Amino acid sequence: MITLKNVSKAFYSASASAVHAVRDVSLSVKQGEIFGVIGRSGAGKSTLIRLINLLTTPDAGEVIVDGRDLTRLDAPQLRAARREIGMIFQHFNLMSSRTVFDNVALPLELIGRPRDEIRAELDKLLALVGLTAEAGRYPQQLSGGQKQRVGIARALASQPKVLLSDEATSALDPETTRSILELLQRINQELGLTIVLITHQMQVVKQICDRVAVMDAGRIVESGDVLSVFRAPQSEVTRTLIGDVISLELPESVRQRVRRRIEDRNGNGHPDHLLHLLFIGDDVDRPLLSEAVKRFGIDFNILHGQIDEVQGQGFASLTLLANGSREALDGALTLLREHNVTVEEINHVL
Amino acid sequence: MSSEMLKLFFDSFLETLLMVGLSGLIGALLGIPLGVTLNVTDAHGILPHPMFNRVLGLLVNAVRSTPFIILLVAVIPFTRLITGTSIGTAAAIVPLTIAAAPFVARLVESALREVDSGLIEAAQAMGATDAQIIRKVLLPEAFPGIVAGLTITLVSLVGFSAMAGAVGGGGLGDLGIRYGYQRFLPDVMAAVVLILIVFVQLVQSLGDRLVHRVSHRGQAAKPTP
Repeated sequence: MITLKNVSKAFYSASASAVHAVRDVSLSVKQGEIFGVIGRSGAGKSTLIRLINLLTTPDAGEVIVDGRDLTRLDAPQLRAARREIGMIFQHFNLMSSRTVFDNVALPLELIGRPRDEIRAELDKLLALVGLTAEAGRYPQQLSGGQKQRVGIARALASQPKVLLSDEATSALDPETTRSILELLQRINQELGLTIVLITHQMQVVKQICDRVAVMDAGRIVESGDVLSVFRAPQSEVTRTLIGDVISLELPESVRQRVRRRIEDRNGNGHPDHLLHLLFIGDDVDRPLLSEAVKRFGIDFNILHGQIDEVQGQGFASLTLLANGSREALDGALTLLREHNVTVEEINHVL
Repeated sequence: MSSEMLKLFFDSFLETLLMVGLSGLIGALLGIPLGVTLNVTDAHGILPHPMFNRVLGLLVNAVRSTPFIILLVAVIPFTRLITGTSIGTAAAIVPLTIAAAPFVARLVESALREVDSGLIEAAQAMGATDAQIIRKVLLPEAFPGIVAGLTITLVSLVGFSAMAGAVGGGGLGDLGIRYGYQRFLPDVMAAVVLILIVFVQLVQSLGDRLVHRVSHRGQAAKPTP
């Protein structure tokens, strides 16, 4: 649906040196998926999303949306193409001089649709986002979540094929964020809309994205389907971002104790090993840990555990200390790995 | 006070009203497009044209920095061209308008600058043309600010119109000078000042009320962050 080919964009200012916001980025978004782009602030994701509807013109590269290279269109063609691409914003960007109804009606007014047609169209849209009762109110009188719902309805008014979401939930509280994400997901499923969203919150990616690209310093450092990125993050940036939702860090006091135990050999001649285990989905259907204890005679000391959901699948992480001979430990690790547990020895992170 | 004097006050008031009203109206008709042009051709505007913007800005500043009493005399040939005369109320309207237009332009420009750039971005993302952005987004969003600016313009024009007496423009200011000052009638002077104070107060509070009515941003004119 959307293909970016070697797209770059730099900003020049008189005072500072050039800022290379997006460097040679290529990515492709499939029809009907929710694609997330995540990165810390300043990573270039805002520029990237604006390249998709050419609010920012790339210095180089192609931007292909629905089979057409937008960089080759003239102004009227580009305006027509933009009507197929809805956009929502972090600060909603609603007109304070227009009511909810008139805000949502704006895209249709722009293409000269008659008022009665607009009314019929809007009844459906406002019902979809749950704002029928608020139609006559002004944005000032709405909560953040309601404002974003207006933004979503407005973006959908011209019946786009693609929805771009620029940090749409970053100004909202966690509860509202969840409900807005649920709405986006429903729209994606019910209308078959392709959604590209940028965010700095892994929470957002975790909840609704099918695939994700991680951006750092203008480049995409890694991408793939969300579960595999969570399972095996390749870059440091990704690991820290995942750390926001699934904590991998041990508190300093625990860390010191663990360090001592690993160095000490604690009495029985074997040092402790710090392990990090990931159990994903329904892959694990046996009590593997106790099986390992029984079969290999090793001890486990659980330090930290967490269970979460990624793409609707269970995602459990466990940090523990294992003690036993090297052979026993290797046997246990093999057993776990054979049963789809992702196991990492993480002594080195201490 | 004699009925003649009363009539004099009434006529002068009408002259002031006419001068301020007409020059305000024509000034707004010229100044609003001028302000829009200044805003959109700015480097950060939707139709950036820095060179043109600078020249236009210079011109506007030149007129604005010319003291009104000098402008009044300087444009006499032009006034004569338009009204056929260089004296009288009609003749005074020409320099008043010339003074008002750049004033309005700057106020409109700054009101437009207050419009959140995110709104323009949203409109562009919807596929709006530049004309649509001006008509459907910039002007309606800046409307409260523009109304406030026009109120300030009208109040300033009341002051300027007093100087129009220099070209026989009439009005309350002229009445005050001729009767109150030159004929030593302090009570006439006091009455003129009093009427002007009440008049300006009236214009200002009407303007404020209108701004409040057309603004949907709550009590603050600034958008909430």
